Amino acid sequence: MSREDVLVTTDWAEKNLGTDGIVFVEVDEDTTAYDGGHLPGAVKISWTTELQDPVRRDIVDKEQFEQLLSAKGIGNDDLVVLYGGNNNWFAAYAYWEFTLYGHANIKLLDGGRKKWELDGRTLTTDVAEPAATTYTAQDADLSIRAFRDEVVAAIDAKNLVDVRSPDEFSGKILAPAHLPQEQSQRPGHIPSAINIPWSKAANEDGTFRSDEELAKLYGDAGFDDGRATIAYCRIGERSSHTWVVLHELLGYSDVKNYDGSWTEYGSLIGVPIELGAGR
Amino acid sequence: MCGAPDQAVALPPGTDLTKEIVLTGRVVAAGQPVAGAFVRLLDGTGEFTAEVVTSASGDFRFFAAPGTWTLRALSRSGNGEASVTVDGPGLHRIEVAVAVAVAAT
Repeated sequence: MSREDVLVTTDWAEKNLGTDGIVFVEVDEDTTAYDGGHLPGAVKISWTTELQDPVRRDIVDKEQFEQLLSAKGIGNDDLVVLYGGNNNWFAAYAYWEFTLYGHANIKLLDGGRKKWELDGRTLTTDVAEPAATTYTAQDADLSIRAFRDEVVAAIDAKNLVDVRSPDEFSGKILAPAHLPQEQSQRPGHIPSAINIPWSKAANEDGTFRSDEELAKLYGDAGFDDGRATIAYCRIGERSSHTWVVLHELLGYSDVKNYDGSWTEYGSLIGVPIELGAGR
Repeated sequence: MCGAPDQAVALPPGTDLTKEIVLTGRVVAAGQPVAGAFVRLLDGTGEFTAEVVTSASGDFRFFAAPGTWTLRALSRSGNGEASVTVDGPGLHRIEVAVAVAVAAT
């Protein structure tokens, strides 16, 4: 898979707004960002209420996903272009979830909302009201999703890539620094994990670094390209960003996102935890 | 500048300033607040830690730990940065001035 199969530029996006068969979808960490202005014609998906089950602690199931995409006017053959704020964290999370349910015709806007805004491109507050479709999803592809037991089994056996900041990895803090530090679970990281913060894969403007820079970044940090890989963070969104890098841009075939991530792992009874800077 | 607390930076309910370190401030260009600027919090080694967008009044806020931090702002009005060293809980205010780099002509 090449970069052009995964990413579109802001230039490309601007030229393709309103094109039949292309649906722009905004997924923001700040779920109110869309309301203040978004790409003309883009629809909004809320990661908190639409990509996750409202009751169980899980992503939506296949039927819920079908209902969601149908309601958003997305057809099975449409090209979906995802973008969002905060360096595409939650757009990448949506990208991973769309891929999980078999929507292959999907791309990320490189740089996301930040690059679009820094470019000074048009935003609108007109809310898109697309006609509903009848979307059919595939069964969840569990080859890209890791669960807790296989994460424990992966200790010293697979690449465990912890993409949180160094202070979260070492156990100094429990959440990213723009969020209140209210979590009560244990700090630290999964033993044998390597710490490659997601941010090292992105430029300051939110675009992904070049393939050469990315390959060097992971190689220098001890990533073993002969092993299968599980990426995790705190709630699975930053590790989706890294999943896009490893699985989609660098083309490693066996890469899973552990969306339970540290909020689950750091609350489990009896699992091993390591503190400090790691190895 | 002294005055009444800015309501735009009202802290989330339950924030305990005797326990939490809060870095807050404003991005300005030529003395005017810059809304919609991207503010990146970098740790003492220059490592990215978090990023937020400034409010309509140009304000930003982070929850941090003791140490030296750099606040780097990107905006349509240019980029800039400021640093701060904090050693304990409380509210720490920082202003970040941005300016357009002088372009080669």
